[in-house]
Amino acid sequence: MEIRINGKIQTARDGITIREFLETCSIDPAKVVVEINNSIITRDSFGTQKFKSGDRVEILRFVGGG
Amino acid sequence: MNDDLIIAGISVRSRLITGSGKYSDDNIIKDVLDAAECDIITVALRRIDFENPEDNILNHIPKGKVLLPNTSGARSSDEAVRIARLSRAMGCGNWIKIEVINDSKYLLPDNIETIKATEILSKDGFVVLPYMNPDLSGARRLVDAGAAAVMPLGAPIGTNRGLRTKELLQIMIEEINVPVIIDAGIGKPSDAAEAMEMGAGAILLNTAIATSADPVGMARAFKLAVQAGRLAYKSGLGSESKNASASSMPASFRTSSSIPKPTTVRP
Repeated sequence: MEIRINGKIQTARDGITIREFLETCSIDPAKVVVEINNSIITRDSFGTQKFKSGDRVEILRFVGGG
Repeated sequence: MNDDLIIAGISVRSRLITGSGKYSDDNIIKDVLDAAECDIITVALRRIDFENPEDNILNHIPKGKVLLPNTSGARSSDEAVRIARLSRAMGCGNWIKIEVINDSKYLLPDNIETIKATEILSKDGFVVLPYMNPDLSGARRLVDAGAAAVMPLGAPIGTNRGLRTKELLQIMIEEINVPVIIDAGIGKPSDAAEAMEMGAGAILLNTAIATSADPVGMARAFKLAVQAGRLAYKSGLGSESKNASASSMPASFRTSSSIPKPTTVRP
């Protein structure tokens, strides 16, 4: 299926959870925040919530700032 | 004597708040924070870099610091509220620096949108520290809207131009009863000391440390300047006068012959 992650279309396997996707990308789930279709996903849902085709996903982390 | 900075009932020792941006190597940040001895650190929220997924500023900030995410990138109150809520979902506390900017040349904040965001977020349980143009009525509205501190700029972000807005800052310090934190534009330790001598609650800076040749040394210099300025403010500065005033009583032992005559300088 295709999902839009951080503005770019990516292909992901059907039924993949947020946690599985992050692990595939070597991203530490404890240090990111995920938003799907403008709704914030709480971290304790990462293991159960699945991406759906057409989802608009933002995966964000803290960077240096002033 | 305890002279902690108190924001929203939370007490911190250091009156120097530092940013974590613009470092040529993020590995230096821990040493900078140690040298600055600061308790509050600002960060920003951005998309993950899939090319470098393990890169994360949290890896460089020691535990126990108060994290102050900013809403940089927001051009409206709605965007600031969204960024604030995403930042809180990171699980690093509920402090937020509101930064609403829609001027790309000077990066000056939009006070009206900032007030709107402050009202929404303070009702939502955030500790709100808004970055603002120095304006007394704007600051009063921010306090009414629930701001835990107000953070007027000394000069535009990243300019290192010092306290260009000094007169307005002084008025705000005198009239506003939450901490007035001078944010942006502080370029030199002497700027920071001057702001603290004026009675500022704290200093927030990033560029002046991050872009110096020796950020660790500069962090220490700013720490000392903030401490010196604060101590001077607490001690009460002496009054200024136009005429000189001798530091000792008049010298009664002096005779007229001992006063040196003016010497003539030959051309």
